Amino acid sequence: MQSITDQFFNLTIMAKTLPLMLSGLWMTAQLCAAVILLGLVGGLLVALANISPRAWLRIPSIVFTDIFRALPPLVLLIFIYSGLPFAGVEISPFAAVALAFLLNNSSYYAEVYRAGILSVGKGQWEAARSTGLTKAQTLSSVVLPQAIRNVLPDLLSNTVEVVKLTSLASVVSLSELLYNANMARSITYNASPLVLAALIYLVILWPVVRLVSRFQRKLAA
Amino acid sequence: MNNRPMLEIVSLQKRFGENLILRDINLKVARGELVFIIGPSGSGKSTMLRCCNRLEEPSEGDIILDGRNIMSGTSRDLDQMRLKVGMVFQGFHLYPHMSVLKNVTLAQRKALGRSADEANARAMDMLDRVGLAEKANAMPSELSGGQQQRVAIARSLALDPLVMLFDEPTSALDPELVGSVLAVMKDLKSKGMTMLVVSHEMEFARETADRVVFMDGGVIVEEGAPEEIFGAPKADRTRAFLSRVRR
Repeated sequence: MQSITDQFFNLTIMAKTLPLMLSGLWMTAQLCAAVILLGLVGGLLVALANISPRAWLRIPSIVFTDIFRALPPLVLLIFIYSGLPFAGVEISPFAAVALAFLLNNSSYYAEVYRAGILSVGKGQWEAARSTGLTKAQTLSSVVLPQAIRNVLPDLLSNTVEVVKLTSLASVVSLSELLYNANMARSITYNASPLVLAALIYLVILWPVVRLVSRFQRKLAA
Repeated sequence: MNNRPMLEIVSLQKRFGENLILRDINLKVARGELVFIIGPSGSGKSTMLRCCNRLEEPSEGDIILDGRNIMSGTSRDLDQMRLKVGMVFQGFHLYPHMSVLKNVTLAQRKALGRSADEANARAMDMLDRVGLAEKANAMPSELSGGQQQRVAIARSLALDPLVMLFDEPTSALDPELVGSVLAVMKDLKSKGMTMLVVSHEMEFARETADRVVFMDGGVIVEEGAPEEIFGAPKADRTRAFLSRVRR
């Protein structure tokens, strides 16, 4: 019993490695900010292409979402970071993660947006267009606000997935939370930093997951 | 005062795939005239109305609004034209995420480029006209169907349209709410608005319409003054339809 506490819940070690963990957390936060923003914006653009009546926009965007939802994000990340240098393209770990996540996340966010846009009735489009609003104005003032509200739980739960996935960045030596925790583990020969990292993820994401459930129940009611 | 028609539909055809929904429709609507369109479902009356602001794209023919052909021109011209043609739908289609006031100011701001003050003042005038000024800050979901439809009318009126199109404006309403919407339409007519109305409110047509048009199978079968169409219809199809709806 004593050894389990020592190995996994060693407060002394947790305290000693805390600065390292916090600097990892800071990197994770920066990474999240970048990839969530890229995903939200990229996803919206892909979704708009996806519902476009123009085939030259629609078809590539459908192929894009299909490919990047089917491709494992870890494969994509390692290819961008370790594969592309063979083509002479050197890329920093942060940029590699941002690019891989942009491709992966925007295809997932696009599907969520698309469902939201389709959930807004044709009547809303017609009412807005009949008052002389352009397509872009109709989209931005009438359709998207309703679309986003309708899929808010899905956008949020997708964002939770994105935050969790940022731990993949540890494989390209980006010193985010998991990478630093694992480094602390190897320095201290103790698993407590890993437990601490897991606890930090839990503390941050648990409330969000709860919130998603409550939203979903509210929308279903 | 010029007497060219406010709205003229010339040789209008509409095809959906193989189906010819409208075959060669010709109709002139004079300034200040209320033309009431009746006909069985599937007769093409709503489609014809929706062609008048190109929500439905005509397959052939011309729509002339106040002397200008809306079938020619850029998409920018089309948006400008739509400002001049108000449309009221069966399902109201208010924007549920905006207050009543914002519903009425949105297109004024974005499409007409009016200032916030100007748009608000105009919106309040129009809401007052449909009897709902006190609901300006309510959300659409807090209103009855009849109230929502009156806000939808105010939303169109605020843009100073030349013509108002009504596509079964009372069909989705509980019977006790129909009267308030018809009263607003009657008031509009008395103020000189040019109106094209697709509806089943025969009583309203009898009292208010200048002309009644009976459509069936994608053509105008018969048209005339309300007393002619309702009193002494010439075509068998008109008689058959009217006896069905009267029952």
